[in-house]
Amino acid sequence: MFSRAYRAAITVPPLLWVTVFLLVPYALLFCYSFWSVSSTQMIVHSWTLDNYRDLWRVNVYWQTLFRSMWIAARVMIFSLLLGYPLAYYLSFHAGPRKDLLYQLVIIPLWVSYLVRAYAWKTILGSDGVLNTLLQYVHVTTHPLEFLLYSPFAVVLTLTHIYTPFAFLPIYASLEHIPRNLVEASHDLGASPVQTFWRVILPLSIPGVLAGATFAFVLSLGDFLAPLLLGGPSGIMISNIVVSLFGAAYNWPLGAAISLCMLLLVLGLLFLSESLEKKWSFR
Amino acid sequence: MDSATTEPAIARSGASGTQSLLSIRSVAKSFGKNPVLRDISLEIAEGEFLTILGESGSGKTTLLRIIAGFESANSGEIWMEGERLDVLPPYRRRVNTVFQHYALFPHLTVEENVGYGLRVAKLRKDEVATRVEQALAMVKMAAYAGSKPAKISGGQQQRIALARALVNRPRLLLLDEPLSALDANLRRQMQVELKSLQREVGISFVFVTHDQEEAMVMSDRIALLRMGELEQVASPREIYRRPATAYTAQFIGHTNLLRGGVLSRVARCHSLDWPVGLPDGPVLFSLRPENIRVVDLAVGSSGVNVVRFRGRIRHRAFHGSTELLQVECEDGLKVSVRTATREKWHGDLELEFSPDDAIAVRESQERI
Repeated sequence: MFSRAYRAAITVPPLLWVTVFLLVPYALLFCYSFWSVSSTQMIVHSWTLDNYRDLWRVNVYWQTLFRSMWIAARVMIFSLLLGYPLAYYLSFHAGPRKDLLYQLVIIPLWVSYLVRAYAWKTILGSDGVLNTLLQYVHVTTHPLEFLLYSPFAVVLTLTHIYTPFAFLPIYASLEHIPRNLVEASHDLGASPVQTFWRVILPLSIPGVLAGATFAFVLSLGDFLAPLLLGGPSGIMISNIVVSLFGAAYNWPLGAAISLCMLLLVLGLLFLSESLEKKWSFR
Repeated sequence: MDSATTEPAIARSGASGTQSLLSIRSVAKSFGKNPVLRDISLEIAEGEFLTILGESGSGKTTLLRIIAGFESANSGEIWMEGERLDVLPPYRRRVNTVFQHYALFPHLTVEENVGYGLRVAKLRKDEVATRVEQALAMVKMAAYAGSKPAKISGGQQQRIALARALVNRPRLLLLDEPLSALDANLRRQMQVELKSLQREVGISFVFVTHDQEEAMVMSDRIALLRMGELEQVASPREIYRRPATAYTAQFIGHTNLLRGGVLSRVARCHSLDWPVGLPDGPVLFSLRPENIRVVDLAVGSSGVNVVRFRGRIRHRAFHGSTELLQVECEDGLKVSVRTATREKWHGDLELEFSPDDAIAVRESQERI
């Protein structure tokens, strides 16, 4: 139906894009992860599994990976705990204020990530807004040190940043629930609380799964929040990858860690997608 | 057009003869500045099949939603068995609804859908199982207990919606155009099934539809709603034979509206006249097309007390067993006449009707 030239014109650019910016870099990453670095800081192009072995032998790598997952899990849970009630309120009870509130939730997404991370720095620092306030009202006499440069600060900041990402799919799934199902539930004698647990929550599971995946995957790969607010105890796996590709100059090990994370994330996406399918009924 | 089924006693006596179950008292509702219902008062009897009939925008669905509790009235009250109903939330009313698009829960199986009301009421497991089984058997859907709603047809979903509502043994069942999504054949079959099911369970049904034929076939009484007001409430036979207004006469079935006047107990309409028992003044008559007979000149007139006139066939529409003739008289009067299908009639006809069949009706404003 369409000429060959037309078909080529619309298929070649995206194919080229995917090849150059996705397939080639991943292939290179894959190769690098099986190479090694010589004592003279040269890449040795001979195949070895040493990098993967190091990942498990050197405690700091897998410990940091698990800490990152634990931080990401907490961010996910808090984003859901904040995002779900917000989405529920907006979808079912906000009435005419719905559009305004929706915009208020979305607006932070337009603000630079760095600005938001620095904002938390000025709030949580030892002479920051929060500590000054706590001392002023005599809750403490000394600034609380754990507020900044700690996993706490990282979880807090990431939760703030990724809650809209959890909110959006949940909101979309709640908006898709036909309102006559809610009416049918009330009609059959179910109170609003029973209706929530028996109808609304089960039907919003796909949105919850998508939101949870967003929050977890995005925080797992984050390196700016731990860099700015994490301190030594709040370091995450991406910070290690950054340093391995930078100052430490060990690209092969960095590539091996990156590939492990990639596989982990792909596995999670696959899992969440199959669960979403199981929980969608249309 | 007449009701095909035999009428129970209630249809003849209306709501007054039996115990009233639901009492709607002066209910009014408006959305913003739009009045949707104005001063609706209606009694629904125990075991009655009442149809709220009206065009789209007449307020019929709003009235149903107010009874169910999904909307609240601006004024007026609803009482059920000596208890104020309109102050209760929907989940505390002993009223169940069959929704227009069934509103089955997509994440639950047929069995779980039907058992929903019993489970939220925290009934014992074995009782839930027994009653769900009975309800599914009642609508002949026992074989589909484990299916998800998306896997069964529209007609089957309809039955499940019915079972899901009836299993709770409500005092009153509300049905919001439940048959409108079905195709014509299935629809007719479901009309009969629904009616016999209602007799069987003995629960009062309030059925909302815009289809006057459906209303006639199923109802004990019809409440005709027009622009937020009740036009007439009566049994199908009564409302067809004795329409109170011009709108009712036209909406239920087909009719000729004859405009004329009464002077000294004689009605005059164009060149026709006949004796009536009405006061002097302008008058509007409804005369059903099937009440006008074509006089077979070989046999002669069928009675003495008839109004006779001549007319010429302008148009004939074949409807199978009957035929609708458009007849124009010499004085310009145009009437529709429904007759048994005959080939031989053409040109000029001799027509007659009995004065008893010309029903004086009230004028209806607009859209006539």
